[in-house]
Amino acid sequence: MAHPETWLKVTPEGLYCVPAGCYIDPLRAVDRAIITHAHADHARPGHRAVLASAATLAIMQARLGAGAPAEGQPLGYGERLRLGDDVTLWLVPAGHVLGSAQVVLEWHGSRVVVSGDYKRAPDPTCAAFEPVVCDVFVTEATFALPVFRHPPPAREIARLLASMALFPERSHVIGCYALGKCQRLIALLRAAGWEAPIWLHGALLPLCALYESLGVALGDLRPASAAAKADLRGALVLAPPSALADRWARRLDDPVLALASGWMQVRQRARARGIELPLVISDHADWDALNATVDAVAAPEVWVTHGREEALIHALGLRGIRGRALRLLGYDEEEDTAA
Amino acid sequence: MKAFAALLERLTFSPGRTAKIALLRQYFAHQPDPDRGYGLAAITGTLALRTARPALLRELAAERSDATLFAWSYDYVGDLAETVALLWPDSAGGGMPGLAAVVEALQQTAKPALPALLAGLLDAGDASERLALLKLITGGLRVGVSARLAKVALAALAEGRASVDAIDEVWHAQRPPYGALFAWIEGRAPPPEASGAAHFRPPMLAHPLSAAEHGAITPALYRAEWKWDGIRVQIAAASAPARLFSRGAEDISAAFPDVLAAVDFNAVLDGELLIRHGERIASFADLQQRLNRKAPGAKLLAQYPAMVRLYDILFEAGEDLRPLPFDARRARLEAWFARIAPARMDLSPLVPFADFAALAALHAAARAEAIEGLMLKRRDSAYLAGRVRGAWWKWKRDPLRIDAVLMYAQRGHGRRGSFYSDYTFGLWREGVLVPVGKAYAGYTDAELLLLDRWIRAHTTARFGPVREVAPALVLEIAFDGAQRSSRHKSGVALRFPRIARLRMDKPAEEADHLEVLLRLLA
Ligand SMILES: [Zn+2]
Ligand SMILES: [Zn+2]
Repeated sequence: MAHPETWLKVTPEGLYCVPAGCYIDPLRAVDRAIITHAHADHARPGHRAVLASAATLAIMQARLGAGAPAEGQPLGYGERLRLGDDVTLWLVPAGHVLGSAQVVLEWHGSRVVVSGDYKRAPDPTCAAFEPVVCDVFVTEATFALPVFRHPPPAREIARLLASMALFPERSHVIGCYALGKCQRLIALLRAAGWEAPIWLHGALLPLCALYESLGVALGDLRPASAAAKADLRGALVLAPPSALADRWARRLDDPVLALASGWMQVRQRARARGIELPLVISDHADWDALNATVDAVAAPEVWVTHGREEALIHALGLRGIRGRALRLLGYDEEEDTAA
Repeated sequence: MKAFAALLERLTFSPGRTAKIALLRQYFAHQPDPDRGYGLAAITGTLALRTARPALLRELAAERSDATLFAWSYDYVGDLAETVALLWPDSAGGGMPGLAAVVEALQQTAKPALPALLAGLLDAGDASERLALLKLITGGLRVGVSARLAKVALAALAEGRASVDAIDEVWHAQRPPYGALFAWIEGRAPPPEASGAAHFRPPMLAHPLSAAEHGAITPALYRAEWKWDGIRVQIAAASAPARLFSRGAEDISAAFPDVLAAVDFNAVLDGELLIRHGERIASFADLQQRLNRKAPGAKLLAQYPAMVRLYDILFEAGEDLRPLPFDARRARLEAWFARIAPARMDLSPLVPFADFAALAALHAAARAEAIEGLMLKRRDSAYLAGRVRGAWWKWKRDPLRIDAVLMYAQRGHGRRGSFYSDYTFGLWREGVLVPVGKAYAGYTDAELLLLDRWIRAHTTARFGPVREVAPALVLEIAFDGAQRSSRHKSGVALRFPRIARLRMDKPAEEADHLEVLLRLLA
């Protein structure tokens, strides 16, 4: 068996699979890339050929325009593909956003799983994470501190709806990222019985339309910019987090500012941003999920791409699992910036 | 405990007064007795609980978590109770018992059994309940709700059956969990009995006088008094033991045993708490020394002797004088004072004036340290709780102003935690800036952002949370007075300094010199 260290290398461009001759989520433009999901820090512009799920390719096409890959090769979950010098590759759902995938690579008897970003909490807008037993598990560590334990999303949605009932005349503006978080919130709200229109900041419209065209039903969505001020009284409005602090939110009358993010678990984070209703809803694995996932894939060795790697590696060490920090600079540690 | 935890969580993040009232009202409306009564007590600071030291929280956490992970987590979160609440392992505990059960268990548990009790409760709850519990026992709720605001929410719940002032009137005769109070508010029982124990009566307050009202101020209608620069207090001596309350109804008896030792009468009096050295009234800074100390020692009592300057009488020997007109109460006060002649008290004199012009001249000339301006009280006004328009006016003397240079900035707390919001400013002395004070207020949110950005761009050195900045930004500082002070490098202490304006237009060299300030000293 060839140890993965001998064929999966950390380069300035990112993680490189030598026998396949391609990069996984490269940080710079490359000739051939495998992309786990379409968030901006993982799906960069300028690659020539990209292998990814069909949904990821569609989102990249829509977002990157001229920077979209010249050649996109879609691959369904579970479809085996032979690549380069005898590499077998397939994609497995990561549960992060629509189209997100873990990349499974096998070469000369050893198996690596590159999970990209992932979560274990239920998400009606994408396929659920599936653990794959492997020799090396490559993971993120965005929320790798034991203080990050995300509550069930339904509980957070219930808090939001309770607030809307208590303040029926105030509009509730929820900051959320355009890709994934926004659509997940809408789906969670629909699942909780919210059938009324949901108003969207202009920056959120295109991806919602794309999700719908890819088969994710989101119900009655309306552009907030076209709404009369009276329509937005007591309404539910979604906007990118950056819009909460600027003039855009100020045109609403005494809104309740909410933000849906895993960081909202720490009070100081919410306070510093002037958030009145912090909603702990994250598209990343929390501390318990990171540890449970490592156990589920039964990997004797775990490589950590980005985040609080020292804490995760310390915890793994206590259980006899070898951890290695890849220190790939360029993935968002903050979740906030990933649009 | 879930409902109380949810309430604290929302109060913490809701800046708006109306929102806070709505949250409190909903909590009081939906929680059962005695849970809500203990919630009310926790929020208004009347809940007596065994407190836990931070060391106990650390010990508990150490049993449930890895030391390294705990240290990293604490470093990241920055708050001990919050760190423990978040990191404590979830066990399917099914929730903590109600607030009342938790409070009673804490009150009945002997100190050695406290750690086990806490661990059991932490196991039972979720993260938000754990945080509420830990904040409760470490005495740090900090949800930005005053007792007054809680009473406003109670009055909203009462739907006309009880006003805020009526609640205030009986408040200090009630005890947690406030069963009788809620029964009255919900219309299930008559108002609770207010007499008996010495308790606080809601004070009459004044509106600031604006130019539009100047014409109405005549000696035929109004009496004038000096406005003293101490703190407003109420001596409640209608029954034993007598108590001393601040204007905000806080019982400050323990801090002023010298004043209370002089109380040997049956009356409720309104007056100003001051520090007096012989005939001279000391600056507010001296009073601050006493206010800071909950239980003063003999030395402090001798160094800063307290007294009360009386200006009104509310009750005399059980008789409620509040319905009487001001002039009649004043006559009763003077007669009472002549008869009783209490130690450590004197009468705030009436200030005679012939017409408004004469009064304005007195106002403009008022520069004594202990005088903040004038009070104008309608001669026919009854003593009514709260701010009654036209009855009492306060006419503060105009603030003093200097142009100072920003020297250091420090991060604020709470809502301003991520901004540089505390500013040290200085004046020139022989070409060098000398710090003369600190301002935390006076700026708008937009100015705060501007200042924050300016500070980050002009930092010359950092000492922990403090940044030293280039001497290039002029701040117009307004303040209410200046006193000599040996504790300050400049030799001067400012009273209530605040930022009146950012003088982006003014070169720093043109800011004021220290002499300008020294000339303003009374
Ligand atoms: Zn992502
Ligand atoms: Zn990422």
